Parts: sequence; C-alpha cells; structure tokens
Amino acid sequence: MRAMIIKEFRQLRRDRRTLAMMIVMPILLLVILGYAASFDVSDIPTVVAGPGADVAATALPKSFQVAATYTATAAQTGTATAWAQDELRDGHAAVAIVTAGANGGPLILIDGSQLFTAQAALRQFAAQRSGASTAASTAASTADPVPGVAAVANATIQVLYNPQLKTSYIMIPGLAGVILVFVGTVITSLGVVRERQAGTLEQLAVMPLRPADVFLGKIVPYFAVAVADLVIVLAVGVAVFGVPFRGSFAVFGLGALLFVFVTLGLGVLISSVSQTQGQAIQLAVMTLLPQVLLSGLIFPLTSIVIGVRWIAYLLPLTYFTEISRGVMLRAEPIGSLWPPFVYLALLGAAVTGLAIWRFRAFLAPGAAR
Amino acid sequence: MTGTAGGDRPAIQWGAEAVSVSFGGLRALDQVSVAVWPGQVTAVVGGDGAGKTTLLRCVAGALAVAEGTVRRPGAQRIGYLPPDTGVYDDLSVAENLEFRSAVFGITGAVVGRRVGEYLERTGLAAARDRLAGQLSGGMRRKLGVIAAMLPEPELLVLDEPTTGVDPVSRADLWWLIARAAAGGAAILMSTTYLDEAARAAHVLVLDAGRTLAAGTPAEIVASVPGTIAVVPSRPDGVDERRRAWRRAGTWRVWQPVGQATAEVAGPTAGPSAEQGAAGLPARGLVTPDLQDAVCVAELRAELDGADA
Repeated sequence: MRAMIIKEFRQLRRDRRTLAMMIVMPILLLVILGYAASFDVSDIPTVVAGPGADVAATALPKSFQVAATYTATAAQTGTATAWAQDELRDGHAAVAIVTAGANGGPLILIDGSQLFTAQAALRQFAAQRSGASTAASTAASTADPVPGVAAVANATIQVLYNPQLKTSYIMIPGLAGVILVFVGTVITSLGVVRERQAGTLEQLAVMPLRPADVFLGKIVPYFAVAVADLVIVLAVGVAVFGVPFRGSFAVFGLGALLFVFVTLGLGVLISSVSQTQGQAIQLAVMTLLPQVLLSGLIFPLTSIVIGVRWIAYLLPLTYFTEISRGVMLRAEPIGSLWPPFVYLALLGAAVTGLAIWRFRAFLAPGAAR
Repeated sequence: MTGTAGGDRPAIQWGAEAVSVSFGGLRALDQVSVAVWPGQVTAVVGGDGAGKTTLLRCVAGALAVAEGTVRRPGAQRIGYLPPDTGVYDDLSVAENLEFRSAVFGITGAVVGRRVGEYLERTGLAAARDRLAGQLSGGMRRKLGVIAAMLPEPELLVLDEPTTGVDPVSRADLWWLIARAAAGGAAILMSTTYLDEAARAAHVLVLDAGRTLAAGTPAEIVASVPGTIAVVPSRPDGVDERRRAWRRAGTWRVWQPVGQATAEVAGPTAGPSAEQGAAGLPARGLVTPDLQDAVCVAELRAELDGADA
C-alpha cells in the first residue's frame, strides 16, 4: 500500500492541472457560493405608469428600484397598462405599477417568470397591505393619491407569465441550456482529445482532409445530439410539466443555434488545449459549474454581489437563459432580445475562431526545431 | 518535387534531405537524409531513441521540420502507418477500412475487392466485424498496414509494420509490402528486425538521431572495416568487451584493421594456428552480414563518442 500511495503522489505532483484544480476549485466554489448563493432579493426592478407616475415612483419603498416611468393622463389608462405589460414582457422590470388601471384603481403587475423577485415583491406588498390596514384602524387617513402604503391595500395585483409561481416554469427553459452546455462543451471537449490520446489525430493530420473537414466532421454529430436533446427536454417540459411555450419557435431556435455555436466552440477549444481526456473534462466542468451557479438559472442575478455578478455577464448561459425564459414564458419578441443575441453571436464567433485556430495547429504537423 | 536519380533508379525520389529536428533540448534528428524510390523499399534501422519514428513522421508530414527539406507527394498519395497503428479501437475492422476508403475517395467495387483481398491475405477476414480494440496487438498492426495500403499510395511510410506480429503474419505483411513495391509504391519503413532490413533495396542506420550508415545492404556490409570473429563466450579484456556483442548463443568481436591477434582471442576460443592477412585468427572469423554491420556501426559510434 505504501508503494501505491507514493506512486499516486508522484503522479499527482506531475499532473499540475489536476493539482491546481484540487486547490483552486474549492476556493472558487467558496467564493461563488458565498457571494452568489442567495435567494434573497433586495432590489426589485420596477416601472410605474399612469397619472402621477413620477410622483408615485418617488413614493415607493427603497427596495423597488424604479427603472422607468410613463406618465399618462386618466384617459390614457389603457396605453399606460399596455406600456407596463410590454416593459415586463421585455424583461425591463419585474414589477409594473399602473397608478390607475382599467377599473380606476391602482394595478400592480408582477413578472412571475422572475420567480424569486416576484415572490419578494409579493411579500413586500403583503407587508404593506398589513401595515395599511393597521394604520386605517388606528387613525383616519386622507386618500392617498399615489400607490403608497394605503394605495397598495386597494391595488389589484396580477402575476403574469407564471401565475402560480411554479419553479418548473423557470427551471426547464434554463435546464435546456444546461443540457446544451453539457453536450456541446463537456462531451465535445472529449472528441478531439480522444483522437490525440489514441494516436489517430496524427493519422488524420496526414490524410487528405482539410482542417475544416475534420472540425465540422467532429462537431456536426454533437450538434445533432444537442439539438435532439433540446427538443426532448422542451417536449417533456411542455407535455409533462406544463411549461408554456408562448413565443416564437424561430426566435427560440435562433437563440439555441447561437448558444450551441458557443458551446461547441468552447468544447473544441478545451479539447485543443488539453493533453488528456481527464484534463478536458476538468476544464469543461470548470466552465459548466460557474454557468450553472451564476447564470441566473438558480440564483437571481440581482442577488449576486456586484464583485461576482460581472462574471455572470460573461457566461453564455446567462444570455441563453434570458432568451429561453423570455421567449417561452413571456413571448418576448426578437426586437427586445437583441442584446443577448448579439452577445452570443460575438462570443460564438470569438470562441469558434479561436477553436478553429487552435484546431488547425492541432492538426498541422507538430512543432519541431 | 522530383529529386536526383542515380544509376537504374527511377527518376522520382521522395524522402528527406539534411533534416534536423529537436524536441526541447533533445536533438532527435541531426542532418539526416533518406531517399525512397518508386518500386523499392528503404528500411530505417536503429536502436531505441535512434530517431526512426521522428524521421518517418517528417517524411509522412506528421511532423514539421525547421531545417532541411522533405519531398513527398500530396496527402492523397501517401499511406502512413503511425507507431500506434492509427486505427480506431471503437470501430470494427470493416468500419476502419470503410472510413479510410471514404477519406481517400475510394468507392464502389474497388473498395470491396481491395478490402476483401487484404483481409483474406492477412487472416483478418474472420475478424472483419470485430472492434479494432478487441484485436490482438499483431492483428491491430496488420489492420493498420492494410489501412495504410488501401489507397494504393505512391509513398508508403510504415513505422515498424511487423513489430509484435507472429512469423506467419510477418510473411503475409511482407507479401503485401512486396506487392505494393511491385505496383510502383515507394516504401519507407522502420524496423527492428535486421533480417527484414536486409531484404530492402536501401538501408539507413540511425543512432541517437545521426546517420551511422546508408546504402544498399551489400554496401553497408562491405563498409565494415576490419574483421569479425566468433568466440564462444564474452571476451575478458576491457577493450575487447567494448567491441563484443552477443549473437545466437555466441559472442562476436569486431576487430578493427591493424589490431593485434591476441586482442580478439576469447578465453575459451582456444589457440589458433592459422593467421589471417591482418594477423587475426582465421579460425572463428565470419563473413559479416547486415546485423553485424549495424552492430559494428553502432559500436564505432559509441567508441568514437567515448574517445571524444
């Protein structure tokens, strides 16, 4: 046994990447989970519309971060409500307060696709209503012209897109992305390095194949599997879990295509910088883990401290989750989703370009001096 | 792309000229040249770490050279057997050959005919549906050779095609190699078997990345200076020991030109009444073959290095 232990230590010492991962990963997890793992929502992005919207916005409690206001006359109630709904649909806010809804009273719209934020908002409103009834029973109060403490008590509250606040509604669109990362990055990363380890890459390098032939030949099967997985996940999500698909299939498909483009490129890139399948898996997991934890899939982005949140905005899954939830739950149009589309396209081009460059070097005759 | 031709050699010549390759601080090849002519086999021999694989990789195009020149046909016309056979363990024998055919654009009845013939000749026909990873080492090697030959290339680069293969299969593989050469292929192969190298038209002897000898087997044998004596056991003298090697149950001692007779006499060689022209014991002298010539070349390199 002693000999075995010594052998293992020697091998471990020489496998610098594994050693680094064993040391770095716990620290990384500690930082991420410490700062990101929070379901507590302190900021609720809010828009206010209707007569006196500007004044109402200033009267809101601090946790309601007013992103925009839309001041309208009493005659423009319908327009103000439509504007508020559009703001929620396009993901600009989680709560929309219409100072005068269709029935004349205040209307509060909550985006149920932002589950934790919606729950936090509902708790806030419930607390305000409780406070309002206490105040009314102890002292006479004049009519509150804005949806302050008293107005909230009379407001109609509607939760849109996910009225029952089901977890499966927000998880399944995001999980589709995780599966694409798993197939696109983790599995693909093994494909090229397996050729290197088996010694067949050298054979490919001298065969009459262009690097593009090998590159595409390697990723097309994974692409097909990723697409099949995506379809299965969505079909099960819709059929079994009742997750709605309210938006455009084409918009969703385009977003998924761009996202797969990024994940496959990442997979090949990882493969081309890894010597062994073990190293490839380690690197792939190191890209998968932050995406699962920081993309907003589990923890709300607004709950992650700024010092760590910027990482979330670099991760492709953050944008795919935004697209998939937006399209599936809120029927968000491509016009309002262009930032994640553009980011994924740019990231995909950069990652795939780098992967092709590395791949060409991988396939080209080895360096010799 | 054509090179110089000499004598009755065909005009087109593939190979490497003054090629040097380093890996880190290690000089794997140092100004090595090798030529391969259509219809002929050139064998590269040498001990472990001599640079055989590196040279073959350079010629096949799997390794770039910063120094020297490599002449080879286009990838469509090269067949290459890498050290680890280059076959996919998780594909069957037939699927491996199907893949290779498709990459080289071999289609239709030609594929079936060639594959059938090669598999039959090498005894792999019964294993055509077995995964390559489930084959024995020798069978995988044969599969690798077949795969390299399948496109009937102009230049065939085979890295130790017969290593680990049983004698019968070796004969089968040599039949294939000879047939490819007869069909006009230029064949560059490395081998650790000097009896195989002796069958080649040209031999290159490498040691530690340097050329020790090159030419036809006869030329290399003829270039051995001095004589070689057979003794039944290892010589006693320090100097003789450095020039001795074991072969087939006896020892052979290389005697450089001008060495005294006594220096080569082994402890049990017994007295010899007959003396050779150079003062050597005529009894026990052998006519060197390629194996002896290569051993002498390696000993000379070693002794020269030690003296330097």
